[in-house]
Amino acid sequence: MSEVREIKVTNDVGLHARPAAVFVKTAAGFSADVRLQNLTRESPTVNAKSILSVLSAGVEQNHRIRLTADGEDAHEALEALCALIESNFKQAEA
Amino acid sequence: MGEQLSGLGASPGIAIGPVFRYEKQRLRAEKVFVEAPDAEQAALQTALDQAAAELEELRARTAQEAGAEEAAIFEAQALFLEDPELLQQVTSLIEEESVSAAYAWDQGTQYYSEMLRALDDPYLAQRALDVEDVAQRVLAILQDEDRSDMRLLQRAVIVAQDLTPSDTVSLPKEMVLAFCTAEGGPTSHAAILAKALGVPAVVGLGSSLLTLENGAQVIVDGDAGLLLLEPDEELLQQYGERRRELSSLRSKAEARSHEPAVTRDGVAVEVVANVANVADAEEALQYGAEGIGLLRTEFLFLNRDEAPSEEEQVAVYREILQLMGQRPVVVRTLDIGGDKPAPYLDLPAEDNPFLGQRGIRLTLCLEELFQTQLRALLRAGHSHNLKIMFPMVSNLNELQQALVHLQAAREALEARGRAYAKDVEVGIMVEVPSAALIASVLAQHVDVFSIGTNDLAQYTMAAARTNASVASLANPFHPAVLHLIEMTIAAAHEQGRWVGLCGEFAGNPLAAPLLLGLGLDEFSMSPRAIPVVKEALRRLSSEDARDIARHALTLPDADTVEAYLKSVQEASNERAGKCHQ
Repeated sequence: MSEVREIKVTNDVGLHARPAAVFVKTAAGFSADVRLQNLTRESPTVNAKSILSVLSAGVEQNHRIRLTADGEDAHEALEALCALIESNFKQAEA
Repeated sequence: MGEQLSGLGASPGIAIGPVFRYEKQRLRAEKVFVEAPDAEQAALQTALDQAAAELEELRARTAQEAGAEEAAIFEAQALFLEDPELLQQVTSLIEEESVSAAYAWDQGTQYYSEMLRALDDPYLAQRALDVEDVAQRVLAILQDEDRSDMRLLQRAVIVAQDLTPSDTVSLPKEMVLAFCTAEGGPTSHAAILAKALGVPAVVGLGSSLLTLENGAQVIVDGDAGLLLLEPDEELLQQYGERRRELSSLRSKAEARSHEPAVTRDGVAVEVVANVANVADAEEALQYGAEGIGLLRTEFLFLNRDEAPSEEEQVAVYREILQLMGQRPVVVRTLDIGGDKPAPYLDLPAEDNPFLGQRGIRLTLCLEELFQTQLRALLRAGHSHNLKIMFPMVSNLNELQQALVHLQAAREALEARGRAYAKDVEVGIMVEVPSAALIASVLAQHVDVFSIGTNDLAQYTMAAARTNASVASLANPFHPAVLHLIEMTIAAAHEQGRWVGLCGEFAGNPLAAPLLLGLGLDEFSMSPRAIPVVKEALRRLSSEDARDIARHALTLPDADTVEAYLKSVQEASNERAGKCHQ
């Protein structure tokens, strides 16, 4: 099973710092292979379960990213990651 | 007979013990080919597990000592150890090229730290440093490289080039006997930390300090600014005795630390604490602080991804205010500049941050952040004895603007129908010479002055206290600084305002007669300095102190002022000794 989504990152630090860590930990919770591309920077597609790769994608506020998931729980993985981004990582702070 | 090195005494006291070299020498891994790559993979895994355990230990300790925000740094570092891409790269390098785990790890981590650095983003540059930090930790384990050197396992004298705040976080405080640094001035971080811990420190000892070997026995004399190498039996005995004397003096002072500091002629002097978080405030009470003369609020704003919310700030301020009950608490609004790690503020790097947009200059430009902090303070101050103080004020206009902001915050709370501190006193830090020179103008608009002698000395003498080659110039005993202090106090008293002093100077018992004589109303210092300063004040009469201050102001330079005050102190010690007999 494979699924692709594009989404704008709106929280003020982008995928830096704690949001990046939360993002990676969430992705790592799924068995599907999850990959991320920063469309705004046109950077290469990277492993969304790797904190170093996600940081080096340099996703800042208002950058658009493409998420691709491949595997049994691909749909659930993207649901969870997009919910995280859409909430501006709010539930992660609670 | 051993040699000695001399530097600047930055925190008083005597320590005797082994040297611990604190250094961040970068480990490298040579390209080594191995016959059994599998064994290397296993070694890598073991090293990663050990590093993870160390980071967890560091995180837990930092959370306790410095708070959750700082501890999060180590949590993030631990995540690097599990990074699938990094591990993939390292394991396949071992596998395919039959190289050692250390070499593969060094290569892999370097690749990522360079990539993060190349993105030219100050936040990512910090993360590159974190990657290097983790890389070094694992490399040291793999190479079995002096791990005992990197970990302080026994009580020791810390010897370093210089120490940054992040270095000091990683030192187990109960193991530190003293600090000795090759660089640094009397208000460098090592000095400030030493005073806070109540251990001696000598700074500016020069590069020959760094030739000392781990474990070498030394004596640190924080009063004389000396480091004695390879001391013989006689010296050890002599210093051992002095150390015992000092500690008995200290315990005597501590036994009375909760009594007020009343001079021989019956003048009660307020002795309060400088604190930077809740734990400090607890310590302040423990050492007999009668309030807080300086609550630094930077801790709430640094090393995080976004500004703290009003609610978060209210909760923290309230916790400290509740701890202090009805004792006065002077809170300083955010005092940072371009040299501080607050990525969400996106502050431009400045060539000269100490003369740049910092303190009130910065917060006046960050309206939302400033309003949020002021509202939070006003709310938390409700039914407590809160005073709000603005840092780095250099002219009347800045003060007037700050007061307009404060009024706006009051009105916002009024409109929301919130309870807040309605008649909160307002003050400024006097730390820029211009503020001292126009103190009589500024005093018409505020209730409180607090003299910040660390900055006042550095700005008056045009000598950065972080620059070892000139730091000794930024000496608050210099008559130029003393005259500014005198002017500030006189101008404030003329208009019925009170004056505190919250630099390191206030915690120096040598300066007590001088500051009392200049008419200082409130002494604010590191909590641990309180008992000894209270005891020093109890020995004085305010009338004698006035004469002492008057004489000190006529002296030509800092050295003669210090020498004069030492002679005053010795005379007073002798008198005290006779009284006890």
